[in-house]
Amino acid sequence: MARAVPADPHDGEAVAKRIENRWALTMVGLVALLVAMVIFTGLHWATMPPSRVETINPSTLHVSGEFVESNLGSAVETDGSVTVRIVGQQYSFTPQCIVVPSRTPVTFRVTSADVIHGMLITGTNINSMVSPGYISTFKTRFEKPGDHLMPCHEFCGTGHEGMWANVKVVEPDAFARLVGPTRRASCDL
Amino acid sequence: MIYNKRLILAHFWLAFALFGVAILLGEWQMFIRSPLHGWLRNADLYYRSVTAHGTVMGYVFPTLVAMGFGYFISEAALGQPLVGRRWAWAGYYMIIIGSVAAVVPVAMGLDSVLYTFYPPMIGNAFYYIGVVLVVVGSWVWVALMGINLYVWKRAHPGAPVPLAMFANVAGAYLWGWTAVGAALELLFQILPVALGFATTINAGLSRVLFSWTLHAIVYFWLMPAYIAFYTIVPRAIGGRLYSDSMARISFALFLVFAMPIGIHHLFADPEVGAGFKVVHSIFTAMVAVPTLLTVFTICASVEIAARLRGGKGLFGWVKALPWANPQMLALALSFVMLGFGGAGGLINMSYQLDSTIHNTQWVTGHFHLIFGGAIVIMYFALAYDLWPHLTGRALLNLRLVHWQLWLWFIGMIVLTFPWHYAGLLGMPRRMAFYDYTAPGMFAEGVSVVMSTIGGAILVVSAALFLTVLIRNHSAARVDPEPFTFSRAVHEPVSLPWALNGLGLWLGLMIALTITNYGYPIVQLMMTPEGRVPPVFVGGKP
Repeated sequence: MARAVPADPHDGEAVAKRIENRWALTMVGLVALLVAMVIFTGLHWATMPPSRVETINPSTLHVSGEFVESNLGSAVETDGSVTVRIVGQQYSFTPQCIVVPSRTPVTFRVTSADVIHGMLITGTNINSMVSPGYISTFKTRFEKPGDHLMPCHEFCGTGHEGMWANVKVVEPDAFARLVGPTRRASCDL
Repeated sequence: MIYNKRLILAHFWLAFALFGVAILLGEWQMFIRSPLHGWLRNADLYYRSVTAHGTVMGYVFPTLVAMGFGYFISEAALGQPLVGRRWAWAGYYMIIIGSVAAVVPVAMGLDSVLYTFYPPMIGNAFYYIGVVLVVVGSWVWVALMGINLYVWKRAHPGAPVPLAMFANVAGAYLWGWTAVGAALELLFQILPVALGFATTINAGLSRVLFSWTLHAIVYFWLMPAYIAFYTIVPRAIGGRLYSDSMARISFALFLVFAMPIGIHHLFADPEVGAGFKVVHSIFTAMVAVPTLLTVFTICASVEIAARLRGGKGLFGWVKALPWANPQMLALALSFVMLGFGGAGGLINMSYQLDSTIHNTQWVTGHFHLIFGGAIVIMYFALAYDLWPHLTGRALLNLRLVHWQLWLWFIGMIVLTFPWHYAGLLGMPRRMAFYDYTAPGMFAEGVSVVMSTIGGAILVVSAALFLTVLIRNHSAARVDPEPFTFSRAVHEPVSLPWALNGLGLWLGLMIALTITNYGYPIVQLMMTPEGRVPPVFVGGKP
């Protein structure tokens, strides 16, 4: 790059500019490639974070509607998929133990009764904020049976450290036995 | 010629003194939550510490460094005494008053809400008022930087604005505008509830407003380091800056692209739609461009220095670099950390990959590496370069300086690499206690112990840093040569107006902020169902 200074100083400046422009274009191209990958995977695999601006009143969650206690946990839909409804509050999730079938489409619907919480399921890509006033919805699929931890990952007060839940992924037939006629299940004790 | 040495030293010393205290809190937290320590009975002590550590390191320390350095640049680059010296002191005292007002209730446990506030949790109003005062104090500096440049331009019509001042004012305007988001959140969302005027708060809207500040603030932290890359390091190692105009373009791009990208912090949030998340993800990718341009220009400038010293060969010139020079060493170590931190950042900003690491320990590792590592090591370097000019005394102990920089680098790697790994294992953030006996959590315990050791190395390095600066004040008097900034290989004779002022870039910054934030903010303002009751911490005032 910095070779011996040419006789004409303006010559050197032109060379320097050319190299610099080449680098700038390469870098813009690199970034464009990254953006293209993001857009392609987003559309092709429909990998989308929870993104519907859907609201709910946190003060009446327990009284009526989708998030009353009897409706929480895993529910089997008519098409065979499973919907998991969870409420986060200081300092626990309800239910504290979630059971889902493997190799089945699962939709999570999660909201908070008080402050901002978060949830992730270890060993998976499941990761969402849980905000009061809004419902987080996301779809996923567990390939293998197994046990996972589900901590709250957002500071929600002094007891935040104790806010851990468990997720059990079981074989679909075991899950079918578990749900019974109510078509609902959780592994809470 | 530096006219207001006391003003500049006051800013730097307050910054570094607070840094010295906050780093001890950080290491204490690392120890408390590691397997080396059992359950902390009062977890609130931990969150008080996190709130104080974050508030000092995120708001007060970098702001004071940017302000002190900004006043220095204004006088050294423009060659005129600072206009508005009294206002500058007023801003400084506002920051002191604000910091005290914020830290006292935090220490008393009335504001364990962390420096990111997290409404609908609401703490004692004094904390928020203190933070607002710190911000307003720094806005005095923003205004003064603009005014000083304006005064100089009137006196020197058509002359190229010195690069250091161009970049400094870009940083000031970036901060002025980016702080607006958090200020709106504090003034219109949090404080009305904290003071008892409102009974509900829209947590989603608050988070969007905070994200306006949360990402661009990072580029404000970074500005002093980048100014040092461009305008101090090439001069200090006996080289020339490769390109003056590319430097200006990089700073202008930071101004434009640092702002409209903050929603990438909200990828996993339910209150923002998919469309704006993608848009912000794309703009975040673009903000990598000015950093990639910087890497090229600075490496080329360093190569010039090496070849002037007789370096030969395609890569052989690296050996000819003045490695004994602290600026050279700091730059190299900073670039290594910038490389790793930047690669991690590309993962964070990716719309899809984020979900693997969102809000895990990975993120804390990431910003400690890139801010605490790549940027803060340059704060050290610029202090070493400026100090003799401010005190008129020799900076001795070059060996100590070397130890300090190396220990900072090693400590930061040992701290953050295991920290990233713990995040990949799914270790959540901001907990005072982890049950390492739970299945699958043993590996996390090992990496937290390693990070604790890294943190201890950083504490030693910080102590060395303060020692070097304190010793300087009683060293032999010297008459340092007049302070100079790096000269470009081809110095600008005249510049196009777009690169000789910030008007165009400010316009673009504001326009892009409005296009990228306008709709999500208005949408949430028009969603009254999003308003929820506050949850008071530390007792209702």
